[in-house]
Amino acid sequence: MPSARLEAEAPPLNPVGPVDPAPPRPTRGPSSPRSPEAYGRPTARAAPAISAGTVVVLLSLWWIASERGWVPPLFLPSPRAIWQTFLSLQAEDSTGGTLLQHAGASLARVFGAFLVAALFAIPVGLSMGTSRILRGILDPLVEFYRPLPPLAYLPMTIIWFGIGEKQKGVLLFLAMFAPLALSARAGVRSVAAEQVQAALSLGASRRQIFLHVVLRAALPEILTGMRIAIGFGWTTLVAAEMVAATRGLGQMVLNASGFLRTDIMVVGIVLIGLIACTFDLLMRQLERWLVPWKGRA
Amino acid sequence: MTQVDVQDLSVVYPAPGGAVEALSRVDFTMRKGELWVALGASGCGKSTLLGAIAGFLRPTGGRVLINGQEVVRPGPDRGVVFQKHALFPWLDVERNVEFGLRMRGVARAERRDLSRSMLQLVGLESFARHPVYQLSGGMQQRVGLARALASDPEVLLMDEPLGALDAFTREAMQELILDVWSRTGKTVFFITHSVEEAVFLGTHVLILSPQPGRIVHRAELPFGRRFLETRNARVVKSDPAFVQRREELLDAIRQTRS
Repeated sequence: MPSARLEAEAPPLNPVGPVDPAPPRPTRGPSSPRSPEAYGRPTARAAPAISAGTVVVLLSLWWIASERGWVPPLFLPSPRAIWQTFLSLQAEDSTGGTLLQHAGASLARVFGAFLVAALFAIPVGLSMGTSRILRGILDPLVEFYRPLPPLAYLPMTIIWFGIGEKQKGVLLFLAMFAPLALSARAGVRSVAAEQVQAALSLGASRRQIFLHVVLRAALPEILTGMRIAIGFGWTTLVAAEMVAATRGLGQMVLNASGFLRTDIMVVGIVLIGLIACTFDLLMRQLERWLVPWKGRA
Repeated sequence: MTQVDVQDLSVVYPAPGGAVEALSRVDFTMRKGELWVALGASGCGKSTLLGAIAGFLRPTGGRVLINGQEVVRPGPDRGVVFQKHALFPWLDVERNVEFGLRMRGVARAERRDLSRSMLQLVGLESFARHPVYQLSGGMQQRVGLARALASDPEVLLMDEPLGALDAFTREAMQELILDVWSRTGKTVFFITHSVEEAVFLGTHVLILSPQPGRIVHRAELPFGRRFLETRNARVVKSDPAFVQRREELLDAIRQTRS
């Protein structure tokens, strides 16, 4: 039965009339090359032209909306006003420091806390990955506090550490510790049993295997963890600077909101975003440079 | 001279539904310069047997002696070539080959000489500075072979080294392995589930039956040496004697499965 249906649907084998060669199918010219993998997995290729288009369209909309007065400047200052504010913020004024000082204070907090967190979290993660006992001890701690939003324990850090730089550092440290530790731990797991066995058969000691195999195999995951941690720290920054900070981009934004200075707020927000993006790009570049084998071995 | 002495070896893995007997009273001896092939379907304990010789696992019964010394842990006297995932992608070809020498404190110049000659042996001398993750599967296996040989092991253990390669690369690699074997004179223990590969490469073949893994058939074979004399693999493999041995072994394996 199925075969009969197939035959009915197939074109007649002997068409009436002269048999012409089938006309050539239209092919796409070299001007529009298309990937033949039409049904593969979703492509991971970047689309920079399209992304640039998004940015241009959004900026134009913003510009038109503010120039035409569709939105009052209090809600959304024009790009020109933002640029002027950006320039005026180079000098010290009502915000309590130059823009550079604010950015510097924030960068110092995030990266200072990041360095300390990395110094502790990566060894902790590595030892969780290699030692069953340490994993047993630390697992409930890390797994419990990892999903906590930093804002939830922010008040505790104030009670414990006051409102100075120490409290801000601790908050950022805690925010970044978990992703760093967990990525280092996952990195240890990414070493193949065959790699360890090969190293043993080549005469490597346990210590050498840790240094020359496990650590190297864990590096891609550790770098990914660093990227995630910095992102997380950056999002926690504003919360950290909410309490009694005199300088910092988060503090600048919060402070400006008290005076309805939306222009300063937008400058601060854009700058926080740009710094985060820049760092992310740098980390990706670092990955390409340090672990070119990632995902290929 | 007896070099590898597997004495009454048993390995039992604990498992949820009672213990699994991976190897049961396996007993054989390899003399220096022989090439033994362990053949069998998946799950017959071939890799467990190799692991016990390599020292990756402790047998539950019996023991393995290398030159009269009992195996208790992995060591550079037993070089291992794995099916895959065993190279270090963060090192280039040359540094992969030198890894064992570096771990054991061999001076840089000496290691470089040794790695160069090993790479020459496997035909990769012009790829010394290439990243390993850019090489084809066959070339990666040649790096693995060179790395294992660089430590000048007594015995070379090969755990399905050609299992992940395409048929053409596989045939070329079989010839390369015979070449390397004859030039270095190493004692080789080789695992495969390809009957033809076993008949072509081995001076001896062991057929293992699954669950419990035990030796059900052993045979001596002349075809590897014949290839080294004639240099024509197709002629050797289509020889009626070769075909007959292949079918005999295939039959022996079929019987283990019924």
